[in-house]
Amino acid sequence: MSTDNEKFGTLSRRGFMKASAATAAAVAAPTILTSTAHAYVNEPKGGTVTLGFNVPQTGAYADEGADELRAYKLAVKHLNGEGDGGMLNTMTNCVLKGNGVNGKKVAYVTGDTQTKSDAARASAKRMIEKDGAVMITGGSSSGVAIAVQGLCQEAGVIFMAGLTHSNDTTGKDRKKNGFRHFFNTEMSGAALAPILKKEFGTDRTAYHLTADYSWGWSQEGSIKKYTESMGWKTAAAVRTPLGAGDFSQYITPVLNSGADVLVLNHYGKDMVNSLTQAVQFGLRDKQVNGKDFQIVVPLFSRLMAQGAGENIKGIYGSTNWNWSLTDEGSKAFVKSFGAEYGFPPSQAAHTCYVQTLLYANACQMAGTFNPCGVIDALEGFKFDGMGNGPTEYRAADHQCFKDVLVVKGNENPSSQFDLLKIVEVTPRAQVEYAPDMADVAGELGACNPGA
Amino acid sequence: MQSIVESSRTRDTFTLLIFIAVVLTAPIWGEFIGAGYPDLLQKFAIFGLFAIGYNILFGLTGYLSFGHAAFLGVGSYATVWSFKLLSMNAIPAVIFAVALSAIFAVVIGYLSLRRSGIYFSILTLAFAQMSYNMAYSVLTPITNGETGLQLKSSDPRVLDAALGVEPQAVPLADLFGITLNGYAGFYFCAAILILGFWLSMKIFRSPFGMKLVAIKSNQTRMEFTGFSPRPYLLTAFVISGVYAGLAGSLMAIVDPLAGAERMQWTASGEVVLMTILGGVGTLFGPILGAATIKYFENIFSAINNQVLESAYSFMPEWLSDIAILLTRPFVGEGWHLMLGVLFMAIIIFLPGGIIEGVRRIGGIFKKSKQIEEDA
Repeated sequence: MSTDNEKFGTLSRRGFMKASAATAAAVAAPTILTSTAHAYVNEPKGGTVTLGFNVPQTGAYADEGADELRAYKLAVKHLNGEGDGGMLNTMTNCVLKGNGVNGKKVAYVTGDTQTKSDAARASAKRMIEKDGAVMITGGSSSGVAIAVQGLCQEAGVIFMAGLTHSNDTTGKDRKKNGFRHFFNTEMSGAALAPILKKEFGTDRTAYHLTADYSWGWSQEGSIKKYTESMGWKTAAAVRTPLGAGDFSQYITPVLNSGADVLVLNHYGKDMVNSLTQAVQFGLRDKQVNGKDFQIVVPLFSRLMAQGAGENIKGIYGSTNWNWSLTDEGSKAFVKSFGAEYGFPPSQAAHTCYVQTLLYANACQMAGTFNPCGVIDALEGFKFDGMGNGPTEYRAADHQCFKDVLVVKGNENPSSQFDLLKIVEVTPRAQVEYAPDMADVAGELGACNPGA
Repeated sequence: MQSIVESSRTRDTFTLLIFIAVVLTAPIWGEFIGAGYPDLLQKFAIFGLFAIGYNILFGLTGYLSFGHAAFLGVGSYATVWSFKLLSMNAIPAVIFAVALSAIFAVVIGYLSLRRSGIYFSILTLAFAQMSYNMAYSVLTPITNGETGLQLKSSDPRVLDAALGVEPQAVPLADLFGITLNGYAGFYFCAAILILGFWLSMKIFRSPFGMKLVAIKSNQTRMEFTGFSPRPYLLTAFVISGVYAGLAGSLMAIVDPLAGAERMQWTASGEVVLMTILGGVGTLFGPILGAATIKYFENIFSAINNQVLESAYSFMPEWLSDIAILLTRPFVGEGWHLMLGVLFMAIIIFLPGGIIEGVRRIGGIFKKSKQIEEDA
């Protein structure tokens, strides 16, 4: 061991003088950095403005993350005037002209959230501190979205939530600098319950399998709330770890629980696995309490339907958007996404694309990238032509209010992408709730422009 | 004899001074490798400290603990609770975190150290996974489950309230008025890293350190000379547990949030990788390993097609297309692959870790005579 030190010793003497001079410079460096005056953090000085796309590239939600990233890249193209313009042509109240935002070209940086709060925050911090991003968007998990939203509030940049469905994101963890276009579990529950009542009746016993984190709890709570109020009973609600892979140990007890409906509060690969295993265990062929056993998946997406294959047929759920919608906005988006990548976009891709455009539009309206100005422009903003009908960004909680789709796994798909059939479009009025309702009440706080 | 001790002391002083200089100039040299921003530098310092502490157990005694992330998590939770209940000042938070992780380390160490080798590793892994699963589920009132423990402006903070400190809208840790985020946060971590390094150097040179090495080389022989290894092992285990708790505390100080995933077995595995990658049982190795892994995680994972295209823009288009095709699988979402390749290369060609590579390069410049002496 002493011989090792000898080598370090010789190295050290040589470099010591150089190093000590550098030390003095380093101690002085931070003051130089902080003394530069900025009106807000990461104010773009050159000809470009940088957006940060923070999506899961590894882990249980990697498929959604990959599709989100495709949508973001497409949105950047459209904002910079490349491609066919997509929804820029159909969006109402749109002040974007396809020549960048506020005269600046849109650039972007990407990062991997790994579907972990710590990794997502580290990645977002890199984008803010190193790459100079003025806005962070993404997240395919509510836990991650809430953690990153909190960080953006601290750092003084805007957070445009991607795929996050938990009530908490714009409920008790809502933040002034954070905005969500995607719907939430409360809306899913309110939209799904009447259909479940019509199809399965009021005398049912449900068994919940729930992903054990913010979104799962929220989803379970909302479904329980609405199904119990129409007379259903809940046999049990079992929490399963995120990314469990094998759900057989959780499915076996369902058979003997006396329940006749299985509610899978799972998403992504978890849902694909749990549904496939539930079908393999023969749950759907069973008769319980003299009724056909049913499975419900409250949050559905085409990517998951694709993963679950045959098993998805006839299963009810809710979704934010589906590519088979025939309004002008959806058609324009599906067309340009299809031309770019060769297949239709998922709901995750849709919400991320829309969020990017909405942010850019708000910046253009405000004439600045200052978060406080952007927040003023987005709060109460009403728009249409983006695939969900007339939509409003409610000022009280920064949640978008719009119609919700109730869907069913398609029995006779006409193509490999035609997997979800729209059963009903639940109008906005039926899914709207008060911003200070018991489960969702929270404090927005003040806008934070950083610096 | 006296002169040897003295010259060894001067050497250590120089080593320490060099270390201090390198750490404090990090914002400058970090700039050249794209790491010159506070968050990554903080991570270098924090995980460097974690790995130094881990090395005291694994490097000196050879006991491979696979559960050190538990202490990291305990340190983080303790810190956030101190922020919530006592004060936003970092000092009480650090003390609370160190005390709690020491208690945890005594309990887990006392039980796990009844076995050695693979059985010890499995016991520590079991305890860490148990802590993780409890933090994730039954302890949700204390840990806030998967969402993680976060600060609110409405938290009680009795010390701050008693001293009349105004609650901030966005609570951030401070050190008597200096807000510990950005570079201030880095320098706070750096100061503790330097302290930790100095302490580790003292332990390496002390009779206590010698006894730990004796445990690694031959435990039976040590027992025959009249020393019981257990108390020494437990002390080393607790010291390294406290280092981990301190690292966890720093994580929560620069970013006031604590999540259960910090206790997951992958986090325990990460520190083993850091130590081996850098060089087990060396003073500098673990820090180098920690910095390398964090650099890959944060910088290589962010390289996308856009970045590659601009990097290869000097090449003709067909050549740059080929270059992108060849490099793409190793960056961006494939950064794990790159790290894996690097890890294998180092283990195969440099079993002593990065530090051995540095030494070999240093050896080339040395005279052949000296090499003979070393051998």
